[in-house]
Amino acid sequence: MADRAPHPDTLELRERWGSFAWTPANAEEAKKIVARYPEGRQRSAVMPLLFLAQYQVGAETNTQGWLPIPVIEFVARELDMPVIRVLEVATFYTMYNIAPVGRFHVQVCGTTPCMLRGSDDLLAACKKRGMAKGHTTDDGLWTLTEVECMGNCASAPMVQINDANYEDLTPERLDHVLDELAAGRFPKEGTQDPARHTVEPVGEPTNLAAMMTENHDYRGEW
Amino acid sequence: MPKVTIDGEQIEVPDGATVLQACELAGKEIPRFCYHERLSIAGNCRMCLVEVKPGPPKPQASCALPAAEGQEIRTDSQMVKLAREGVMEFLLINHPLDCPICDQGGECDLQDQSVAYGRGGTRYYENKRAVTEKYMGPLIKTVMTRCIHCTRCVRFSEEIAGVDEIGALYRGESMQITTYLEKAAAHELSANVIDLCPVGALTSRPYAFEARPWELKKTLSIDVSDAVGANIRLDSRGREVLRALPRINDDVNEEWLSDKGRYMVDGLTRRRLDKVWIRKGGKLQAATWLDAFAAIKRAKPGASIAAIAGDVVDCETMFAAKTLLGAMGSTLLEGRQTGMSYPTGNLAAVNFNSTLAGIETADAILIVGSHVRWEAPLVNVRLRKAVKRGAKVFVVGPHWETTFPAEFLGDDAAVVHELPGHVTEALAKAERPAVIVGGAGLAAGVLDAALALDVQRDGWNGFNVLHMAASRMGGLMLGFAQKGGIADIARAEPKVVLALGADEVDWSQFAGSLKVYIGHHGDKGAHAADIILPAAAYSEKDGTYVNTEGRVQFAEKAVFAPGDAREDWTILRALADAFGVRVGFDSLAELQAKMISEVPALGVEGLASYGKLPKAGKTKAKGAIRYPIQDFYLTNPIARASVVMQRCSAELLHGEDLAEAAE
Repeated sequence: MADRAPHPDTLELRERWGSFAWTPANAEEAKKIVARYPEGRQRSAVMPLLFLAQYQVGAETNTQGWLPIPVIEFVARELDMPVIRVLEVATFYTMYNIAPVGRFHVQVCGTTPCMLRGSDDLLAACKKRGMAKGHTTDDGLWTLTEVECMGNCASAPMVQINDANYEDLTPERLDHVLDELAAGRFPKEGTQDPARHTVEPVGEPTNLAAMMTENHDYRGEW
Repeated sequence: MPKVTIDGEQIEVPDGATVLQACELAGKEIPRFCYHERLSIAGNCRMCLVEVKPGPPKPQASCALPAAEGQEIRTDSQMVKLAREGVMEFLLINHPLDCPICDQGGECDLQDQSVAYGRGGTRYYENKRAVTEKYMGPLIKTVMTRCIHCTRCVRFSEEIAGVDEIGALYRGESMQITTYLEKAAAHELSANVIDLCPVGALTSRPYAFEARPWELKKTLSIDVSDAVGANIRLDSRGREVLRALPRINDDVNEEWLSDKGRYMVDGLTRRRLDKVWIRKGGKLQAATWLDAFAAIKRAKPGASIAAIAGDVVDCETMFAAKTLLGAMGSTLLEGRQTGMSYPTGNLAAVNFNSTLAGIETADAILIVGSHVRWEAPLVNVRLRKAVKRGAKVFVVGPHWETTFPAEFLGDDAAVVHELPGHVTEALAKAERPAVIVGGAGLAAGVLDAALALDVQRDGWNGFNVLHMAASRMGGLMLGFAQKGGIADIARAEPKVVLALGADEVDWSQFAGSLKVYIGHHGDKGAHAADIILPAAAYSEKDGTYVNTEGRVQFAEKAVFAPGDAREDWTILRALADAFGVRVGFDSLAELQAKMISEVPALGVEGLASYGKLPKAGKTKAKGAIRYPIQDFYLTNPIARASVVMQRCSAELLHGEDLAEAAE
């Protein structure tokens, strides 16, 4: 978190991204997004537009996508708002990458439930493959970030890679996922536990068991 | 009008008041960092916690809580004391203990409040957060590790200045205040964030490590950098003015000050005239006062003597010159140096009649030939407020970057005669319409056309002229105006011209005259002069100034003039002796008494009354409007001598990249 900083605004960056504009499809999409908000409140569209821009940069660079300063300025112009306000949003939310990332952005959740279920091992597995926190590997394939809770605590530990969540991970399962991705295949999203379908209880239900068959009123037993 | 009980005492508070304001009304001190009367409520420092019943059983931030009927508020309970200590402890966790090397020391809210409301010691032994410095330009020095994230500076630049350039990046503990890409804060009011900053994160760069507040002599003064007459306090040590700070005056400057007014003070010690000079064979040579007086006497002017007042002189100086000339039998007085010649028979027609505070309430404003942001930054703040309340603004003149939505109607002054339909309609329908004629407008002769606009309503006079010179209204009240302007004086071919700090005059028109420059800076006027008599700057003499709305204000003497320089009136008094005439005063008090007996309004602090507006004349406005100010930071001799202002001009206006001086 603390070492997050916008990628330096250099002449090369300006040259590469200074002429950024929506692709025809994204221009259509942006119009739709802006139309969701009432007249005079178009600035509210800043978050979806930034995300759209990040996707477009990703498509152009074959990475997850990020937000160079000229692209942030482009979004500010689109919405007619001061660029510092857009930069504030882009730096506040970690879902916006403000520095270049690799083809796959591996976001390992390190918050308490995941940590208790072994996220440290996942980070170690990532490191073994040459990744380092906050850095992109030399082949441009992986960027590793440790993030806070992604809301998958019931199937902890989890990793988010670009738009997909991979849950119930062990170092071996993570290795498998990463191998598949590196090979250009897309492994199944969600839980990686073969015994589990989604986030249903593992094995027998341990609580609210009486609810399994019929609607049960627990209130008298509290 | 809800009734609330504060610490057992029941008081009635105005509708819409917050609990914090209610507590203030009851005379209770509520500590705060982020709350500021003139900014929106942020509620993020949590220092203003109080106990409020009914409500949740925990302390509440009083700045963001509306006062409601029947509330019982406690500011003295154990809960409140503990809450304040807790908040203080959190704020200090990441605040460095560098008060001894911090320029805010001695006038720091955090310092004061931690003494008053904090715990005695710390329990924190971890590493503190450190934040990289942010460049904010030549005026603002940053030590961002000290920042407590109150966001006052962000809110000021967004709400008051109208220039969105400061923001809070990142989140939580990592939050950092910065300008966009660390560009310099480049607007005319940027340095006000230094006053707003409750800690030492934003301090004054030119004043860095100069002095401690308690060793400074504080003198109440008036800003002369423009015609707004902002109320300032000059902080001086020994013979040097170290800084100027705004004083609160809601009628004039609220609590802001333009960067020029604040930072031109270092010019008071540079390029000063501290000796008498006489031009001999084309070269200025140092001389004595007696030589100079003898040389002036040799010119034998008789009644052929004129006085031209500069932009920053006080009424006393002008009156002394007027009396001297009167005793010699001359009335060749002029203050409009650049040759303007608008009629001054009725001063209401050249006054800011709506008052500065009143323009905030206008709902349709037509600006004719005024680059308000540069000519009067503090008026621009008022205009922005008016627009926020729904006013429409139209501008006749070349485009300038407004801080509010405004429609530009073209450069041609003649537009005023045939305003577009929607403009006339907006002015006609407005309850409080206003027109502001600037210096460029006066030069293009729009005065009559503007007077013909109907901007008067019951109890409202929306006819305004915005001057740029601090001495203008005072000069006009004292009769420093010829019918044909300075051209009349040139036509009279006076033997002697007294230039009272007049630096903007085209001196080639006085080639045959003996030019005596009485002023404080070796600027354009001194370059053209035959004899230079060193005088006092605004910080070095008691003086009366009248701002553009006709508000009479007094400034006090902060320091002594350097070297041989004397207060202007004493020089003119001595000249009277040299000429062998009597002026009827031997002290400043006598001079002031005589001046007030002639122009009684100058004796009363406050708005002078100029009566009703005259009927519009028939002068036609014509020609393209051209703003007189080319460089905001270098408009008067003091600013031109100021290193800080020169640097601002080079860096902020001309885009020069200046390396930071090594400390």
